[in-house]
Amino acid sequence: MTQETKKTLVVDATDQAAGNGIMSRRFFLNSAMATGAVIAGGPAAFAQETPVGEGQEDWTLMPGDDTPEYGDVSGFEKGRVKKFVAPPAGGRTASSAGRTPLHLLHGTITPSGLHFEVTHHGVPDIDPDKHKVVIHGMVERPLKWDVEALENYSTVTKQYFLECSGNGRVNWAQPQPDQNFMYMTHGLVSGSEWTGVPLSTLLDECGVSPDAKWIIAEGGDSGALSRSIPIDKALDDTIVAIYQNGERLRPSQGYPMRILNPGFEGNTSVKWVRSLYVTDRPVMSRFETSKYTDKLHDGKSLQFSLEMDVKSVITRPSSAVSLEKKGMYEITGLAWSGRGKVTKVEVSADGGKTWAEAAVEGPIQSKMLTRFRIPWMWEGRPAILQSRATDEFGRVQPSREALLAARGKQAYYHYHAIHSWSVNARGAIRHVYA
Amino acid sequence: MFMRKTLVTVLMLGCAHSAMAQQSGFGEPATQEDIDKRFFSVFPDGEFLPDGEGTAVLGKEIFEYQCHACHLNPPDESNELDPEDPADRLFGGHGTIGTDAALATVGSYWPYATTVFNYVRRAMPYTAPMSLTNSEYYSITAYLLYKNDIIGENDVINKDTLPKIKMPNADNFIMAYPEVPEKYRTQE
Repeated sequence: MTQETKKTLVVDATDQAAGNGIMSRRFFLNSAMATGAVIAGGPAAFAQETPVGEGQEDWTLMPGDDTPEYGDVSGFEKGRVKKFVAPPAGGRTASSAGRTPLHLLHGTITPSGLHFEVTHHGVPDIDPDKHKVVIHGMVERPLKWDVEALENYSTVTKQYFLECSGNGRVNWAQPQPDQNFMYMTHGLVSGSEWTGVPLSTLLDECGVSPDAKWIIAEGGDSGALSRSIPIDKALDDTIVAIYQNGERLRPSQGYPMRILNPGFEGNTSVKWVRSLYVTDRPVMSRFETSKYTDKLHDGKSLQFSLEMDVKSVITRPSSAVSLEKKGMYEITGLAWSGRGKVTKVEVSADGGKTWAEAAVEGPIQSKMLTRFRIPWMWEGRPAILQSRATDEFGRVQPSREALLAARGKQAYYHYHAIHSWSVNARGAIRHVYA
Repeated sequence: MFMRKTLVTVLMLGCAHSAMAQQSGFGEPATQEDIDKRFFSVFPDGEFLPDGEGTAVLGKEIFEYQCHACHLNPPDESNELDPEDPADRLFGGHGTIGTDAALATVGSYWPYATTVFNYVRRAMPYTAPMSLTNSEYYSITAYLLYKNDIIGENDVINKDTLPKIKMPNADNFIMAYPEVPEKYRTQE
């Protein structure tokens, strides 16, 4: 990326892929986009001898601290943390939702400490030597395992997103678009590498009845949170996870063991799991009846809407930043589908009148976040930035208008419509319904 | 598959049961005690409901001491809460589901009476879950149902009567697995 390349950068109409400055992604990938970084020229002065380190910062001129036993982020990055919208209040408030700051992160793996967390009964402090999971019910042999027993198995390691189905719930009914950056609209989705034992391995060991249809998972938290999981899911890709991003699970992510149902609404991935009851019907727990059911405009409610929809959002530029000046920017964001792989992400800068296909960074993984990017020449005019994902089953992310027409405003869960960022002529950005 | 077929054959012949089980993995046999300590579910048809019983009269007193602090006092007055607040509204809201003023409570929304007992017994009171007796949990369940005009004040709630209660909103839930029904989908 040399100064020469930059000087020869010529933008004309043929580079445009869609309206209002959306550029061809080939153009972006082959060109230098760096702005502002100017290499100071001129030879050093030799007139008098001074220490060669003169003018250097202190951290360059003296040895630093010892390496820590467990590394932390820079002290200058302490603001990049989760946001708790309903903080625990004197032990009385049960639900707590820590939201991932997607607008401050890059790539597709969410640092474990920034993975979103929703707890309904607080985070238990579990001694792994006293924790076991039992599989019982319609099996030939009820069996139990502690985490050390699970360590003996051949494990699977895969990257999956996890999303609370309440992610973006404010977008259904709230008259004014939420302006808490992206915390409230999208902060309940994260991506991790999970390692664990396939649940099918453990079920096989127990000898599951061919008449089994559901598994009731219960956690060891103070609400013994429970959910019913279809047996076909359990035998497909559900794992009993014991590691996240290479280390044992964090307490808030289910230490020492949790269920991980790839692509399903997060609440089904029961943390601190201690009982798996194999049966022929769902238990109709609180979290699959009074919660996590989608209230429709006709008075009906969707129940066991388990699979997460195809969805995407632009993380940059977004309302946490303002565009300082006209010029070339990268539009980037995340796309995902609970059913499989994202195959296409389109981006618009004119509120959906025209679209261009963004570059997606591979390898694209099933039921995992996929990052997309496309260059955008902002010429100081108002714009509405949107992204629209399509998955391998041809499912296309809908407009907000279409989603509300299909389900009404009270569904609360499974909001997955196109998200719109309005850029004004001064470069300020806010969330709008468009 | 070969291993599983072999295992089934061996079991049918009635020999080497535990030996085969141990060869196939690292799980240890779970005793009934292991299961009872970890499994708290009760089903809508009443399976696993315990002995004991209660009424709304008893439940009212327990509720006032154990539940009011979070669930507001008095509980049947309208209060605006963040829907994410765990201290759910428990009463009222009848006929609001499907409107823009939807208020989902035990009475207006919950499809199964057994779910009330199932949840309250495992998770409440919030700061001391599982601290009451089965009869006390039956009593609280009775009070919640009575305050929602579903049962009478002196109706006895136990493992026989609870599963027979028909909740007002029971018929309004649609199975969305494995697929959301066509009419509520937006794609093509």
